[in-house]
Amino acid sequence: MSENLSLLQKDQELVDGIAQGSSEALKIVYQTNFSLISQFVVQNSGNAEDAKDVFQEAIIILYDKINKGDFVLSSRLQTYIYSVSRFIWLKKLNSKDLLITSLYQELEDTLVFEDDIEESQTKEVQFHLMEESLSLLGEPCQSIILDFYIHNLSMQDICEKFGYTNANNAKTQKYKCLQRLKRLYFSY
Amino acid sequence: MRNELNFLECADLYIKDELSPTERLEFERYCEENPQAAEQYHQHRILISKLRDYQIRKRLKTNMDALFNAQSSLKDNSIDDNSGIAIKSLWKKHRSTISVAASVALVAVFSTLWLSGFYNNVKESSHQYSLLKRDVNTIKRNVNAQNLAIKNINSDKTSIANGAYPARIYGATGFALTSNGFIATNYHVVKESNSVYVQNYKGDSYKAKVIYIDPAHDLAILDITDPSFENTAIVPYVLKEDDADLGQDVFTIGYPREQAVYGSGYLSSNTGFAGDTSSYQITVPVNPGNSGGPILDDKGNVIGIVSGKQTETDGAAFAIKTAYLLQSIKAIPQDSLSKELSINKRNSLSGLSRTEQIKKIQDYVYLVKVF
Repeated sequence: MSENLSLLQKDQELVDGIAQGSSEALKIVYQTNFSLISQFVVQNSGNAEDAKDVFQEAIIILYDKINKGDFVLSSRLQTYIYSVSRFIWLKKLNSKDLLITSLYQELEDTLVFEDDIEESQTKEVQFHLMEESLSLLGEPCQSIILDFYIHNLSMQDICEKFGYTNANNAKTQKYKCLQRLKRLYFSY
Repeated sequence: MRNELNFLECADLYIKDELSPTERLEFERYCEENPQAAEQYHQHRILISKLRDYQIRKRLKTNMDALFNAQSSLKDNSIDDNSGIAIKSLWKKHRSTISVAASVALVAVFSTLWLSGFYNNVKESSHQYSLLKRDVNTIKRNVNAQNLAIKNINSDKTSIANGAYPARIYGATGFALTSNGFIATNYHVVKESNSVYVQNYKGDSYKAKVIYIDPAHDLAILDITDPSFENTAIVPYVLKEDDADLGQDVFTIGYPREQAVYGSGYLSSNTGFAGDTSSYQITVPVNPGNSGGPILDDKGNVIGIVSGKQTETDGAAFAIKTAYLLQSIKAIPQDSLSKELSINKRNSLSGLSRTEQIKKIQDYVYLVKVF
């Protein structure tokens, strides 16, 4: 019983780690799960590259679910990751008309993951949208925005880093950049 | 614009929670009073949160890529070492057990061989071996003979077959035309025959007589004269007079050896060897002995009779068109026959699966032995 509890605790730590984007947590998750998933994918007409994509997608789905706050650790983390990966791969096989009938039933039975996947895909679209907007924004705007909003640099730091004569100029520049980003992002 | 700049600056501070309580209240009240400002704040907030999402997701992806790269390079290095070590440690651990097991196995094998009298039987075995060899020689001679016979289909060089090797047994295939014992085969099979026997797939052998030959089209018709022969059920296939289509799936059953052998393929040309319009080219694996076998389409109509193949071309075999067989049958004067020769007009094979068709057909395909 106590062993079970400590296992669950460890899983919870991993979940928290992933939520914060910790590379250490990610590494542990990778080591405990990837070989099993890769084995399944390769045995079912996939290759190592497919296995990698499936695992990556599964982790992102997990990550989105954790961040949305509706991830409840009801079973081992391993079980969840494996089932999601399995579902993703079966779905991919089905879309390519490669799914054998015996596994098709399983796909039908595990449609619970469908919503998670859809949500994750919406996020993925938004991610690419932002990526596109930022690349269109160009430099130095991109760096100014990221420095201020992500890396939490003060206006004074930015002023020095980009060589503006005073903080007010930097502010004006940042404002212009922000307006452009807003136009780019919301115009899609 | 100045105004908006200041407002957004305030908004940033508000989001980061860096305003004093009174300033916070003031900002909130300002938003309540100005719907436009509230809308602006709302939009700003979404943008910033999407920006954060973007950044975190990007970091997750970068981390993951780094992980994959690190792991894959690590794996490449480690595989060989591990397996070597594993084998060595396994050997060390189980060396004594393995040696004991091996010696027990050796003792068991040799004592069993000795007890069962294997060593006493060696002489007898070698006796059997020589018998087998003679059988093989006979078969080989037969096959050579058939080879020669087949090769001679389309050439006039019959002198070797005639002169040098007089008493020769040929094997070929024939198929029933009627239920009362008329059989079609190739002329080259029965020419210069002393006697002809046909054998069905059950192994029953009957004496037959050549009643009609058509050397131009390499066709012959036999009649079973054996008194022990009993009429069979109605022939399941029909002879199709019209030309078959190119690419048509076809199959055959023949006797390249003592047992019936099935072969399938397709109709590859509407003309035979050297443009011969009276036959088809088919791509079906045929061997010496298949001569005279029926070529059927997938509905079970007989469309041709296997006659030979081209030795230097892969997969080119030839079959005489059924139309010429029907011509031959019509040319036989009915009053010269001891019984009626009437061709079946009803096909009972269409719609059956291939294996079902074969089951029905094999009763009507005979091994033709010519002495």
